[in-house]
Amino acid sequence: MPDTQDRAQRLAALHKALHTRILVLDGAMGTMIQRHKLDEAGYRGSRFAAHPKDVKGNNDLLILSQPDIILDIHRAYLEAGADILETNTFSSTTIAQADYGMESLVYELNFEGAKLARQACDEYTAKTPDKPRFVAGSIGPTNRTASISPDVNDPAFRNVTFDELVKAFRQQVEGLVAGGADLLLAETIIDTLNAKAAMFAIDEFFDESGLRLPVMISGTITDQSGRILSGQTPEAFWNSLRHVKPLSIGLNCALGAAQLRPYVAELSRVADVLVSAYPNAGLPNEFGEYDELPHATAAHIGAWAKDGLVNIVGGCCGTTPDHIKAICESVTGIAPRKPPQLPTSMRLSGLEPFQLAS
Amino acid sequence: MSDTDTVEPKSTASFVNIGERTNVTGSAKFKKLILAGDFEAALDVARQQVENGAQVIDINMDEAMLDSEAAMVKFLNLIAAEPDISRVPVMIDSSKWTVIEAGLKCVQGKPIVNSISMKEGEEAFIAVAKKVRRYGAAVVVMAFDEKGQADTEERKVEICTKSYKILTEKVGFPPEDIIFDPNIFAVATGIEEHNNYAIDFINATKRIKATLPHCHISGGVSNISFSFRGNEQVREAMHSVFLYHAIKAGMDMGIVNAGQLAVYEDIPAELKEAAEDVILNRRPDATDRLLEIAEKYKAGAGAAKVADLTWRNADVNKRLSHALVNGITDFIDADTEEARANAEKSGGRPLDVIEGPLMDGMNVVGDLFGAGKMFLPQVVKSARVMKKSVAYLIPFIEEEKARNAKLGIVDAAKNNGKILLATVKGDVHDIGKNIVGVVLQCNNYEVVDLGVMVSCAKILETAREVKADIIGLSGLITPSLDEMAYVAREMEREGFTVPLLIGGATTSKVHTAVKIAPGYSKAAVYVPDASRAVGVAGNLMSAQQRDSYMADVKAEYEKMREAHARQQAGKKRQTIAAARANRAKIDWQAHTPEKPRTMGLTVFEDYDLAELTRTIDWTPFFRTWELAGNYPDILNDPIVGKTARGLYNDAQAMLQRLIGEKWLTARAVIGFWPANSVGDDIEIYTDNSRTKVLTTLHSLRQQMFREGEKARANMALADFIAPKDSGVADYIGAFAVTSGLELEKKVAEFEKDHDDYNSILVKALADRLAESFAERMHQRVRREFWGYASDEKLSNEELIAEKYRGIRPAPGYPACPDHTEKALLWDLLSAEKNAGITLTDSFAMLPAASVSGFYFAHPEVAYFGVGKIERDQVEDYAARKGMTVAEVERWMASSLNYSS
Repeated sequence: MPDTQDRAQRLAALHKALHTRILVLDGAMGTMIQRHKLDEAGYRGSRFAAHPKDVKGNNDLLILSQPDIILDIHRAYLEAGADILETNTFSSTTIAQADYGMESLVYELNFEGAKLARQACDEYTAKTPDKPRFVAGSIGPTNRTASISPDVNDPAFRNVTFDELVKAFRQQVEGLVAGGADLLLAETIIDTLNAKAAMFAIDEFFDESGLRLPVMISGTITDQSGRILSGQTPEAFWNSLRHVKPLSIGLNCALGAAQLRPYVAELSRVADVLVSAYPNAGLPNEFGEYDELPHATAAHIGAWAKDGLVNIVGGCCGTTPDHIKAICESVTGIAPRKPPQLPTSMRLSGLEPFQLAS
Repeated sequence: MSDTDTVEPKSTASFVNIGERTNVTGSAKFKKLILAGDFEAALDVARQQVENGAQVIDINMDEAMLDSEAAMVKFLNLIAAEPDISRVPVMIDSSKWTVIEAGLKCVQGKPIVNSISMKEGEEAFIAVAKKVRRYGAAVVVMAFDEKGQADTEERKVEICTKSYKILTEKVGFPPEDIIFDPNIFAVATGIEEHNNYAIDFINATKRIKATLPHCHISGGVSNISFSFRGNEQVREAMHSVFLYHAIKAGMDMGIVNAGQLAVYEDIPAELKEAAEDVILNRRPDATDRLLEIAEKYKAGAGAAKVADLTWRNADVNKRLSHALVNGITDFIDADTEEARANAEKSGGRPLDVIEGPLMDGMNVVGDLFGAGKMFLPQVVKSARVMKKSVAYLIPFIEEEKARNAKLGIVDAAKNNGKILLATVKGDVHDIGKNIVGVVLQCNNYEVVDLGVMVSCAKILETAREVKADIIGLSGLITPSLDEMAYVAREMEREGFTVPLLIGGATTSKVHTAVKIAPGYSKAAVYVPDASRAVGVAGNLMSAQQRDSYMADVKAEYEKMREAHARQQAGKKRQTIAAARANRAKIDWQAHTPEKPRTMGLTVFEDYDLAELTRTIDWTPFFRTWELAGNYPDILNDPIVGKTARGLYNDAQAMLQRLIGEKWLTARAVIGFWPANSVGDDIEIYTDNSRTKVLTTLHSLRQQMFREGEKARANMALADFIAPKDSGVADYIGAFAVTSGLELEKKVAEFEKDHDDYNSILVKALADRLAESFAERMHQRVRREFWGYASDEKLSNEELIAEKYRGIRPAPGYPACPDHTEKALLWDLLSAEKNAGITLTDSFAMLPAASVSGFYFAHPEVAYFGVGKIERDQVEDYAARKGMTVAEVERWMASSLNYSS
């Protein structure tokens, strides 16, 4: 495990930075990987040449098979000005890797994934010590949902249980932390119950290891209904997860900045922690491509910043280092949002929030 | 900030009533259903409970005959798939921790655990409390320790205080998530020590709330009256009296069967006093006295009521409110009369009924709609009830007015303001506008609706005449955008100061900000849909909020204008010459165009409506009613599914009558001609000699930059018709269909009956039938009349997904954005004579439920959008069409890549 003393110093720097400015996450990994036009052999590299299943599309695997590509993408985002790098471990759980028959690699993927991002960050922190860079261990939602049945004829059926999710996330978290992640980021949450399992695993790990890292939580509003896929409104979603006292709550993916704004604004109003938001580069065009130009995305995000809605911003699908550069410029010099002081209340939720005043 | 109107309103309470009907220990019926494995019916119990207003539902499966863990998991998983139930938080209720934990693993929301206690000692208590915390739940803590359940005030306070300290200091539990249950025990049992139980609870509650910050107090209320089992009226009175005092002491949550609760004020005085004596332990003979009078109240109790009509037993104001909220018109005349008679008896006026119970009911509707708990179709039904009730009262109001006029008294009805609505000149589409009108009326605005095709002069004149507080403009076709900007400029010129609202399908916030607001210095505000109209109107009418609201809107629009200007700067177009060089490359030698089987015109005088119902695309129908989602999934949508199903059933029922009673007539005309392209124009010939040009169509070409090796072409419709110099004989088709003839008659009938719901419904259906007609006709054209795809077999879904060869672009839509081409289309088809459809001066079709366009059949043709065009093309196009550049710019205002 990397020196915990270093990590404590980095986290102190992180909190200091968050106090004074809006921090910027990196942009899309997938878009950048696509530029390399890797074929099946490219994904396999030499180590997995004989793997029995197809692995093309398993972007996380590139951590092990093409580490230089990942490292270069990390560097490109840091060069663009990102403060926080996400590890390339979105799908590095036994559940998500099962499709590729690569469950046994999960710890290694997370460990090495965090190490790569750590290496890139440390390089840049050394170059610009006044602008330290941080590694956020990316925890995806997995490809299964704990509160939605995959079988319309059997609504009580589930293809994954809470316990299975806790186990998978625990393994991922251990790899990420050992590899040098400064923060843990549960992102693209489409089912809050999956996220609750991730938080359960993290909390257990913290208790047992005695270590405590900042946790970022980021949900996904799937369409203009303004709800996450499992049906919760942003405030209900926040109520379900506020018990973990995260560093930040926020939203990413599925919508462009223009469509995401009202939901970011809602979270900003109801969350008494930091707010993060990293939208897609607009909505996909008729060819499924994201074509919103960097300055357009950045203009929206700059407006969020000016209106005091956000503390951490960045880009999701379709965003590039150019987007991140533009986003950095758009938030430079703007004071970060100050979380509101909320009255003490019991805040419950179903799909919708419910509050009982104290 | 301008984001406030999009924020979901939340439910905040000061007392939470937890239903126990999904509790096998509390409901015999539920237990029977669960034991029989009838989860479907068990879900209905939960659903009813939520529908009846439960804010949290308690779920308990503690039954010896049951695998409680499995039953808890299955029921919670099933609830997760029922959004009308799972929208509220659950209380996971069991005396077994394993059952609770199994339940905690199934809910995505933040639930309440009921319950944990120090019964097994401090260590075990801390262990489960930590877990509850880790699962992110709130918790009920019973006043129970190793010595037993707390019965006295002292013991209750002592155990709760100790638990609180452990939870907040050792477990890190947030105090606001702790709910104490200090135990409610039965009183009036005949045992003297029990007599003070209610007082013990009430006093302990007071002390706990005073000393343990932020915690809550709950309890099972029905325990208190256990000794009066079988005498429901006495039990209800005891519950009500107990709650009255306990809530005052600080109890803020309770398990109460809402159906078993008398209204405190309604309890007969004698019974109330006796119950109060017992609850408050006010006299030694209290129990005996209550027992004595209990007999009197026994008879009336327990009588089964017809479930769905129980609301008829409430007082008339409540009945009116119920009818409004639930959209029930069955009793409205009788109820209105009763309310009116009551008002008269007490010296009131007919108007009091409107301003009292009716407005109260509509306020409830408005609040529920605003909170996303009611949807548009239900609101429109509520409005129908309101209008019918008002219609009943009008003669009485008129009579009173006449009387007062004689006495020289003039009065005006109170309302939130007067709003003038109109669909602008040249446009005939009004469904959205009508919905906005209904919703505004529901919120107590007086709406003056000028209808469709209203000239600017008429709008401004009427606005002055009726002293409108707000003017709202609506339109669907693109030329209406220009007309709205014109109205805005005229308002400025004539010195109007009232706010201008802009809405309708092609309008947008950007357009309003960039094109309309700059013309009117006062206030021009874009309203995206009916549900926002109320908020916007409210802000504009409020003396306190108006200025800051307008300042926000103006600031936002200013930003949008800047962003728009920047975006424009970033989207340079290429020259028309360059775009033409990159036209769609079609190999005309590779494909011989099929000759249509039936050349010239074919007229359909009276098309079978029943046939058209089969190809209806329902998704846009739901969108009309602001229900988001795709058909058929929307029928099972978590949020709007129930409303969508109701609406769909109403639509199906109406379709049957509409066809059976032939409310509408469907007519159509189609035609096919020899055609060839010449540059970006398409020449249509009188006959196959191709010597005489019948008419020339003009197409517009995409001018966006295309880069890269696989760059797409800069397309124009003309690219898909063989060029004249290719020598290839090609063809084009055209059509106009309508299903809206005689619609107005039916609409008028509904409006006369104050039935906005059916009036909007029939219009929406006519629109769907017209679209379906166009789709069906296109299919027949491909298979029969042109016949280039005679063996095509596609399902309705595939049709909707346009998985066929050929397109039917309409003038005014993306592939040929110029509405004026419709004039040529009309001449070609003699559409007015052959299909009964006329064009307005903005080229909108009348009836509105009409569709027209051209048929292109080339295998490579597909729908595309021309996008923004440059001045060079506009000049060229104007020359080709024989129009001035300014004319073209006016018609194409929303397609220009420059400001004209």
